[in-house]
Amino acid sequence: MHDLYDRLKTRFPLGDWIARRPDLAFVDVPLAQLRSVLLHLRDQEGFTHLVLLTAVDWIETGEFQLTYLLCNRRRACDLGLRARIARDPASMESIHDLWPTAATYQRELREMFGIDFPGSPRLHEDFILEGWREIPPYRRDFDTLAYARETYRERPGRVTRDPAAYMQQQLDPGGH
Amino acid sequence: MKPELQPRRVTGPDGQEFEVDPLRDYYCEAPPAVHPPAYLKIIEDLFNWARAESIWILGFGTGCGAIEMRPLMTPRFDAYRYGIQWRPTPRQANLFVISGYLSVKTLKRVIRSYEQMQNPKYVVGLGSCTINGGMYWDSYNTIKRLDDYLPVDVYIAGCMPRPESLLHGFMELKRIIRAGQAEGANDYARNFAWYKDNQKRVIHDWDMPDYNW
Repeated sequence: MHDLYDRLKTRFPLGDWIARRPDLAFVDVPLAQLRSVLLHLRDQEGFTHLVLLTAVDWIETGEFQLTYLLCNRRRACDLGLRARIARDPASMESIHDLWPTAATYQRELREMFGIDFPGSPRLHEDFILEGWREIPPYRRDFDTLAYARETYRERPGRVTRDPAAYMQQQLDPGGH
Repeated sequence: MKPELQPRRVTGPDGQEFEVDPLRDYYCEAPPAVHPPAYLKIIEDLFNWARAESIWILGFGTGCGAIEMRPLMTPRFDAYRYGIQWRPTPRQANLFVISGYLSVKTLKRVIRSYEQMQNPKYVVGLGSCTINGGMYWDSYNTIKRLDDYLPVDVYIAGCMPRPESLLHGFMELKRIIRAGQAEGANDYARNFAWYKDNQKRVIHDWDMPDYNW
């Protein structure tokens, strides 16, 4: 797959090539070039399938990292393009005109991370959460445990054990 | 409130215009009522025997536990030999098996379906998730105690429970029904306000009637 990197490198300013497997690699793309790289990959390099679009919350640097995973079916390889956007306010150019399926991923990202994709169809309809009032739950500053504790009543009697210590105690009660 | 639940004027296929108030016209306004036992104990026992022998399950898999229903209804475990069968709609079913974790979004659909079922009706909680949240105990979107929202007759522990434990749970349910102790629907009617209060505490966008019969 490295020949692909060499070809792309002559056209676009790209970050380092991170090869995870012979058929899977990731590369950082500047935000301004992302759309043209996506178009080039789709139309010239045969990456016709958008496998997924997902985000990672880098709360320390105040950024979201978006990963666009593309698949080339003929060569049976995947390429992930990674771009970073500001975390607050989080907004990104929509790519639903390149791949219609992207609209669904963008709806999910809007709901789970609060990333806005202006122009994406049905973006503000409820997707998985209905009537959600807190900050988006996949943002790392959302305290899931505290929310679950105060929203859903617990049944008393639940115990949590360290599996290793518990099995040790079960198999060898005397500690020999 | 959803637009289809708002009162409005509609034009029928024959050109006739008329008022529609869906909450009044399509749903029952009265809250559920307690169903009294039959006038003689022996008659009630006969009814209970008949109910225990015709457990009809609503075919609604709410979580991953629904995967255990397939071997149960197919020839390997063949639950049909016990008078247990699966039905496609709530109106034809009397047992709701909550199969595994229940997200808030699904809970809303479960409540709608449960309330449409005929009395007497029963609820079985399948798997640890319905008992105390199971592996989803710290999830932002799944409930932890099913009996806060619906009256539960039998819990079947496990993650997942095998079809054998499900069969055992159904036998237990039969025993409870024949003993006249499966009073879930009546409990629901008696404590209707408490159940509704709990349900509305987690379902924030309540856009349906209070009682979906």
